[in-house]
Amino acid sequence: MRTIWLIAATLMLAAPGGTAFAEATDPAAVKSEDGKYLDKEGNPTFKVAADGTVDWYTYSGYRRYHSECHVCHGPDGMGSTYAPALQQSLKTMSYGDFLGVVASGRKNVNTAQESVMPAFGDNPNVACYMDDLYVYLRARAYDAVGRVRPGKREDKPDAYTEAEKACMGAK
Amino acid sequence: MRKVLSATCLGAMATFVVGVAYANEELIKMSQNPKDWVQPAGDYANTRYSKLNQINASNVGKLQVAWTFSTGVLRGHEGGPLIIGNIMYVHTPFPNKVYALDLSQDNKIVWKYEPKQDPNVIPVMCCDTVNRGVAYGDGKIFLHQADTTLVALDAKTGQVVWSTKNGDPGKGATGTSAPLVVKDKVLIGISGGEFGVQCHVTAYDLKSGKQVWRAFSEGPDDQILFDPDKTTEHGKPVGKDSSVKTWQGDQWKIGGGCTWGWMSYDPSLNLVYYGSGNPSTWNPKQRPGDNKWSMTIFARNPDDGKAKWVYQMTPHDEWDYDGVNEMILSDQQINGQDRKLLTHFDRNGLAYTMDRATGELLVAEKYDPKVNWTTGVDMNKSSPTYGRPKVVDQYSTEKGGEDKNTKGICPAALGTKDEQPAAYSPDTQLFYVPTNHVCMDYEPFKVSYTAGQPYVGATLSMYPPPGESHMGNFIAWDNKTGKIVWSNKEQFSVWSGALATAGGVVFYGTLEGYLKAVDAKTGKELYKFKTPSGIIGNVTTYEQGGRQYVAVLSGVGGWAGIGLAAGLTDPTAGLGAVGGYAALSNYTALGGTLTVFALPQ
Repeated sequence: MRTIWLIAATLMLAAPGGTAFAEATDPAAVKSEDGKYLDKEGNPTFKVAADGTVDWYTYSGYRRYHSECHVCHGPDGMGSTYAPALQQSLKTMSYGDFLGVVASGRKNVNTAQESVMPAFGDNPNVACYMDDLYVYLRARAYDAVGRVRPGKREDKPDAYTEAEKACMGAK
Repeated sequence: MRKVLSATCLGAMATFVVGVAYANEELIKMSQNPKDWVQPAGDYANTRYSKLNQINASNVGKLQVAWTFSTGVLRGHEGGPLIIGNIMYVHTPFPNKVYALDLSQDNKIVWKYEPKQDPNVIPVMCCDTVNRGVAYGDGKIFLHQADTTLVALDAKTGQVVWSTKNGDPGKGATGTSAPLVVKDKVLIGISGGEFGVQCHVTAYDLKSGKQVWRAFSEGPDDQILFDPDKTTEHGKPVGKDSSVKTWQGDQWKIGGGCTWGWMSYDPSLNLVYYGSGNPSTWNPKQRPGDNKWSMTIFARNPDDGKAKWVYQMTPHDEWDYDGVNEMILSDQQINGQDRKLLTHFDRNGLAYTMDRATGELLVAEKYDPKVNWTTGVDMNKSSPTYGRPKVVDQYSTEKGGEDKNTKGICPAALGTKDEQPAAYSPDTQLFYVPTNHVCMDYEPFKVSYTAGQPYVGATLSMYPPPGESHMGNFIAWDNKTGKIVWSNKEQFSVWSGALATAGGVVFYGTLEGYLKAVDAKTGKELYKFKTPSGIIGNVTTYEQGGRQYVAVLSGVGGWAGIGLAAGLTDPTAGLGAVGGYAALSNYTALGGTLTVFALPQ
């Protein structure tokens, strides 16, 4: 699993232009596979029902974000005195670029700032939950979930549980 | 001492130690001179009290800014400067610059030290790239850099005398705390509780930088420097393997118990006092047992590091209530008896008064009435749970278990107080305590350990206590009775170290950026001034050329800047609620500045 992320990261870095601003793609879910919703381009996305019930990935991403990411990026993706806000980021950052930055990290050190994001490709607590984080932050970018813990959620899909076990168990 | 210093300034310093056996004798003499501020906390007892009284309750309202100094660094500025003779030593967060300013020559920069450090250390600092300041001793300035390099600088020139590495940032160990100079050694702790570091306090030789001893917070007796027959808790020997038998398997090796708080020292008892932090991970289910000696007050002999007594305040932590906050040493009477006391305001919301010679627990009371995770400490000496806090099931994240969101716990993981040090005035016999007034939801879940990667294992959200909107209080505390004497509401957590003075005035900073002066007896606000950025630094005072000055570093950041920048949310609000409470970012922005105040001439 981790090897996969490292390969993905390498590809991203090799891509000309590095992290470019992409055109926003419609985040609407057009289909679902084992509880994971996908947009029309096949990228993971959120699904929030009329009664506020969120998909499992959005909920899980909320939890993982507030364990691994919020210590720098602030609660609810709102940013902090330490690291930039992520709330709007996934309107412009592509799925591929997101995976690349999370897996390989990013440095912005100059006279005006000293921002360093570590590489999480080796950290199963993050690497095994890339899609969860992506889906949660994408939901934040489109105001599909607010600054609160999602109240109602879909159940954890069986396929997800198996994949999680395999990934977290891989030492 | 004063005369020598002022006559020949720093030139005297290197030679002055001749004939003085230990650096601490020099330091004790120096700290008795109220014109200087020679130690991070003012003195070995960590009182943050000054005998200066030119600025007093009746004239503090006329205070003006005398001069300012930009540090050139943006991140959170904790700690405060040292003042020795004509020289002020100002430190910064990463990249950990140190400036020596000549106060007698228009605050000119005499020297500047700026280390080259690998910026990869930045993201392994859990809560901003803070540094809590430098220490002086033996003609040298000691700095613990972010990358755990402990460096000794010539106080006169800023040249590196020696440097040594105190830990491995590749495994998440970092340097944030201020060193303590005792006798012929310099003592330093280490940070990394969110990265599973087996934390320690280490003593280095003042002259050479050679390691003399290292005491881990958890591990076998020879690593924690315990004598099973002589090291005591509540007056009884702790016995063999007191730490390792409270962990499952080898978990103590990644057990945390970090040591990044302020240390204090009692020369007459020859004991150093400090606290250890949270056990790693934040998920209590993953580490069964009491997890000793995390969350513990230690009294150690500085000569060999041996522990005389210990007290674990929060066995098997379930809320990230680090025990690192400062130990303030005072000599007071209780029931007509002279006592050598140690007072400690813990993250867990309890303030402890102990006999610092024996480790006897005298008082343990809540210093914020909203603290709800415990009904209090068992004070019955014949009880098998003597000294342990009684945990309320409803707020136990251990009872709730993994993947269960335990709601409404007070205080939040920030603690009722974090590193921001309190002050003690012998005039009023009161402690002046900057506090947080924040509660939380806490959901632990399983995490896996990878060296050098965060090892957290809990999701949490924070908010003010139900029905209230202020997130901090500045209080006066009576440590003999365990009661709040007065309490001032603050919109945000008070994350600035307090200063008490013989002028009957107490100073502190606020996260919006105000330096405030209040009456020591009543808490009445007497003065406030908004500095360029939010204050998480500690207030200092000194005298130069016959004038008393008050100095504070502003520069918002730290954990407060991370948690409160965007404002807290109300978890009970419906979907889509935004910014239920005040956002710090509406009041202040980054920027490190020293602001120095004085009365008009």
